[in-house]
Amino acid sequence: MPQTLTGAGVSPGAGYGPARRLVREVPRPDPDARHDGDAAAEADRAVAAMEETARDLGERGEAAGGEAAEVLNAQALMARDPALADDVRKRVDAGAAAARAVSEAMAVYREMLAAAGEYMAARVADLDDVRERIVARLMGAPVPGIPESDVPFVLVAEDLAPADTATLDPERVVAFVTREGGPTSHTAILARSLGLPAVVACPGADTVTEGTRVLVDGATGDVSLEPEPGTVDAAVAASRARADAAARSSGPGRTADGHPVPLLANIGGPQDLPAALENGAEGVGLYRTEFLFLDRSDAPGHDEQVAAYRSVLEAFPGGRVVVRTLDAGADKPLEFLESGGQQEPNPALGERGLRMMRRLPETLDAQLAALAEAERDTGAYLQVMAPMVTDAADAEWFAAAAAASGVAHPGVMIEVPAAALRAGSIAEHADFFSVGTNDLTQYTCAADRETAGLGRFQDPWQPAVLDLVAASAASAADAGRTCGVCGEAAADPLLACVLTGLGVTSLSMGAPALPLVRAALARADLAQCRAAAEAARGARGPDEARTAASERLPALADLGL
Amino acid sequence: MAQRRVTVQSEVGLHARPAALFVGAAAESDGEVTVAKGEGQAVSAKSILAVMGLDVRKGDEVVITADGDGAEQMLDRLAEIADAG
Repeated sequence: MPQTLTGAGVSPGAGYGPARRLVREVPRPDPDARHDGDAAAEADRAVAAMEETARDLGERGEAAGGEAAEVLNAQALMARDPALADDVRKRVDAGAAAARAVSEAMAVYREMLAAAGEYMAARVADLDDVRERIVARLMGAPVPGIPESDVPFVLVAEDLAPADTATLDPERVVAFVTREGGPTSHTAILARSLGLPAVVACPGADTVTEGTRVLVDGATGDVSLEPEPGTVDAAVAASRARADAAARSSGPGRTADGHPVPLLANIGGPQDLPAALENGAEGVGLYRTEFLFLDRSDAPGHDEQVAAYRSVLEAFPGGRVVVRTLDAGADKPLEFLESGGQQEPNPALGERGLRMMRRLPETLDAQLAALAEAERDTGAYLQVMAPMVTDAADAEWFAAAAAASGVAHPGVMIEVPAAALRAGSIAEHADFFSVGTNDLTQYTCAADRETAGLGRFQDPWQPAVLDLVAASAASAADAGRTCGVCGEAAADPLLACVLTGLGVTSLSMGAPALPLVRAALARADLAQCRAAAEAARGARGPDEARTAASERLPALADLGL
Repeated sequence: MAQRRVTVQSEVGLHARPAALFVGAAAESDGEVTVAKGEGQAVSAKSILAVMGLDVRKGDEVVITADGDGAEQMLDRLAEIADAG
């Protein structure tokens, strides 16, 4: 009897293959483990495992290239360290089993590096990883990390760190399933950007055994174990129909009856531009500038900022580019921004986004000045918006800062329910709105977006969230302003039609989602979108809202939506 | 036994990437190559763990020794790596 697990589908598409588990934990060698007498053979076994680990790390480094190669090559040198090998041999001569000898010898170096202070913290983590790899080999346990496989597989994990997800090879991994993680977690966002079908927050994922045949439906969240061949065929066919429709969609975003809905791309920097252009983005709806500021001890200088902004503006001559000012603070700490309180007890509810900028206005002013200069002579239409605006006073303060720096079109993100409810008074100080549905959902339902157990509340289909989007769009229309959506909700083709029906004027999303959203919009007329929006708002919960909307958008059925 | 004193100029000292380059170069020598921080205990320059354990930072002086054929050339290379800004 086939069994089905259900989690949150966060990246559409169907993937089918044998399960391979991501291993992090390695069994610890018994602290008293002794070998059976042949010390020379046992020592050779230890050194061979060290050498194999070094070779494996070196090969992975070569395949990865860039900075990852440097880290992996340094790790290979650790595994091959002659002083370490000498120490291991001594410990084996004294009777220790190979795994214990390696573990104990490396503990000595670990202590030495840890004593060198926080500067070496990353090296200590690298060393721990090397130790686990060698010990796993010696104990016959799976080596931690993304597994190797000759055939494409479904990756099953407790959770995936962003670093794990970023290095996944979409040629080898056909889908992934995690027990933890929320729909708006960074892991989910990365899955969508890789175009990998993914289901997160999936109870029971930890019970899927290695090699089980798994069918993952990243649209519905269903994970079928050992499914019937017919089920696989149907899911793959629906997924293919979606891919075909997406491939055939072209031109600017509009409904079947020609109501224009500009489709824009969310980007993190100039490196994301090729994908945006390939997928037909009509502009940029969310340029997250914090990537410029991450992992450094000083703020980026004026010229560096101008160059990063200008390269994006130049890619869309005559098009629109919406830049979000630095979104950092309590929940995303940056080294050079001194934090007001020490560790905030509730970072998501603390000094973040514009709240942080109001305390450190010089960082914001420098960014706005760089943006104003970057726009000059590019022919693009630059709009700049502030994150985490809560009330009219926030919006007014930001508009004044923008005007002082020469930024002509200041806007606000609607992410806080208070802002959505009082969007009318905010519109007096904003050229445009952009709804950030991830945070808006988090705050509407008071559910931390990173907490897996609260997945039910992290769903932008929650009718309360739809009500707030509708209120924002209506206030914008009354004031003659635009109201886009740049949160992840825009990437859901069915929800994209509903948002359009709610009065949203543009949709911005990760580039790979653009073609399917374009195809879905082209199948529905504006009246159907409005009917779907009304039906969704009338539903009692997110699942009912989804069903009610899909019943009113029958032409989307052939996309399997 | 040839010896060289170098003040480390690399921003990140002899950690991570510079350490890997340093050890990778030393490993090519057939003879013994050691490094010490200032007047401290010399360790094998072929051991990345020992070299990182010295915790050499920018501005620290290191004493590098090498023996055997090509010792001077080896020291030239190692000094160049330690000296790289």
